[in-house]
Amino acid sequence: MLFRYLFILLILIPLKAFALIEVDITRGNLSPLPVAVSPLSIDEESKKNFNKILKKKDLGSEISAIVENNLRQSGLFNPLNKNAFLQEPDIANLKPRFEDWNLIKAQALITGKVTFIDEKLRVEFRLWDVLAGKEMMALAFTTVPSNWRRVGHIITDKVYERLTGESGYFDTRIIYVAEEGPKTNRIKKLAIMDQDGFNNKYLTLGNELVLTPRFSPTNQMVTYLSYFRNLPRVYLLDIETGLQEVVGDFPGMTFAPRFSPDGKKIIMSFAKDGKSDIYTMDLENRIVERISNHPSIDTSPSYSPDGKYITFNSDRSGHQQIYVMNNNGKNVKRISFGNGLYGTPVWSPRGDLIAFTKLHKGKFYIGVMRTDGTGERLLTENFYQEAPSWSPNGRVLIFYRETKTNSKGEGFSAKLWSIDLTGYNEKMVETATDASDPSWSSLLNN
Amino acid sequence: MDRNIFISFGLHTLLVIITAMSLPFLSKKPIDLPPIVSVELIQITDKTNIPFAPKAKKTIEKIKEKEKKLVSEQAPPKIVKKEKQDAIPLPDENIKDIKEIKEEKQNPEKIDTEIKQVSEFEKKDLFDTNSIAALIDKSKVESAETDKKQDKITQDQNKSIDSGGLSLSEEDALKAQIFGCWSIPLGLPYNENLLVRIKLQLKPDGSIMKSEIIDHARMNKPGQGFYKVLAESALRAVKLCQPLRVPSTGYERWKELQLNFDAREMLEG
Repeated sequence: MLFRYLFILLILIPLKAFALIEVDITRGNLSPLPVAVSPLSIDEESKKNFNKILKKKDLGSEISAIVENNLRQSGLFNPLNKNAFLQEPDIANLKPRFEDWNLIKAQALITGKVTFIDEKLRVEFRLWDVLAGKEMMALAFTTVPSNWRRVGHIITDKVYERLTGESGYFDTRIIYVAEEGPKTNRIKKLAIMDQDGFNNKYLTLGNELVLTPRFSPTNQMVTYLSYFRNLPRVYLLDIETGLQEVVGDFPGMTFAPRFSPDGKKIIMSFAKDGKSDIYTMDLENRIVERISNHPSIDTSPSYSPDGKYITFNSDRSGHQQIYVMNNNGKNVKRISFGNGLYGTPVWSPRGDLIAFTKLHKGKFYIGVMRTDGTGERLLTENFYQEAPSWSPNGRVLIFYRETKTNSKGEGFSAKLWSIDLTGYNEKMVETATDASDPSWSSLLNN
Repeated sequence: MDRNIFISFGLHTLLVIITAMSLPFLSKKPIDLPPIVSVELIQITDKTNIPFAPKAKKTIEKIKEKEKKLVSEQAPPKIVKKEKQDAIPLPDENIKDIKEIKEEKQNPEKIDTEIKQVSEFEKKDLFDTNSIAALIDKSKVESAETDKKQDKITQDQNKSIDSGGLSLSEEDALKAQIFGCWSIPLGLPYNENLLVRIKLQLKPDGSIMKSEIIDHARMNKPGQGFYKVLAESALRAVKLCQPLRVPSTGYERWKELQLNFDAREMLEG
């Protein structure tokens, strides 16, 4: 009985309670995150050793400069001016004083040190959350000294991944066609470089015309098209050994060979029986299989990352448009319906988007759309540009652009450009010569 | 006899199930080793205890001396007390230890922290905390005034105001402030749940006493690595923004506040 009274009493007692106030934050700023990249500290002994081997006076500063440059180029980070730093590298290598970094408005801080151990380069680095005053990540790399640039790229990848939530794209290479000479007598060579333009190397001599190089999923092999005595040939090139192999001579016009996601097949288009279709070739047994079969011109095939679908362009509707089909050629669907002509579709490594080139009213556009054709967004417009290729994380596109005049105001010029998926951060990628047909590798350190 | 066999069989089966379930490492995939550059993980906890290098100490002292001079010219000594209250407790015990050691040394360390917050405290000295809200925008001034008027009318009305949420202008002011501080990580998968709820305990001046991620367990779930990145960005935003633009009155109402950070709208857009 007593409990019943107590219960009723409890219900009747007026309690003064405040409901928890909730505020929805659905917007933020997309301005670059302020990051402080402290020069990596290095002891005198290591400095001397690296200077002997690499001719670099301060390897710590050199590596941090690579990280800084990568972060700046991404457009997502704002590396702060080193002159504003209150702490020296040797202090920062230990326990940073967060107040000092807070003072210069840094939200993240990268510190570390470089040492020479057993003829090898060892780099330790740490990423700090300045506002929370805690360490977010600490890693060490050991490698041969000549790999020092890659260490800078790997550090950037790790920092990028930790702060943005997606994998990086800095420890990668770009293969492209280096072009020289007048337009009527152009010399085209295969060239490969780091994504930041360094370590440029030529892979062919320029005797033959080369086109559309593409990396294999392992980055070990490259497939490309070359004209030998005016006949198109598809080649395989092993980057590390330099060995070249002819995959096959194909009749008529052959276009854009590309690897399947498992690296076992090459997909391409060539003309046979008066029509151009999509074919695959098994690299083990060299069996060629026809995938599409239509009287129209089907070209530029590209697999989805899971290998189940293929996107390509075709003029079967009367105008060149983008289509998607199953990997066996069935269930063909048109996905582009906008005005103008659509071509060179490339499936994003994330699988969510397809990049393309669009020609409309005399202007060329690089754009993206969802795999069902919705959400078309044109990222950049110019006089002539095409052949987009995705960064391995699906955030940046590299393509080439031709302009009517070069920097001297004469002739014409072709250069590589990159653009962020948001349409901002459009940048020219420096190359020693003119360049076209870029292809981005996957992460080398995967 | 039969019964004993059944019991024994049942218990053994249970044992096998428990053993199978408690061996998660069986389902883990082997880690791929990098082919060219070897990557070695450093134990974070070991390394965070590294003391300052002797060379570094000298530089720190130099900086402290410089800062000491600056502070003595600018800030009044009273501020030291306030500053202690405002200091956010750091989660890392090691960091706490280091802080304590610093305080034992001498004044400069205290003064040092003063420097970074001088501008904030100066603001407080210039303007009464009750009038901060009024500085946010004109609409806020109006709402603050109406609140005061209502307070004067009757106790019942006062209670109803107290127990309610923030007014539209109060909420807008707070939102606008946090929008500017929140750097959204752009790499988040926009087709996932991108909502982070943070519960805050605030001081009357809007500074943060305690912040807590409500769905903390999600951070360690497999495939939710992006959630950690998102949650950290939200915490950074809150810390960067403090003191928050809270109303000048009705502390009881908003001393606890929940902020729901949702990045989906921005990333989809």
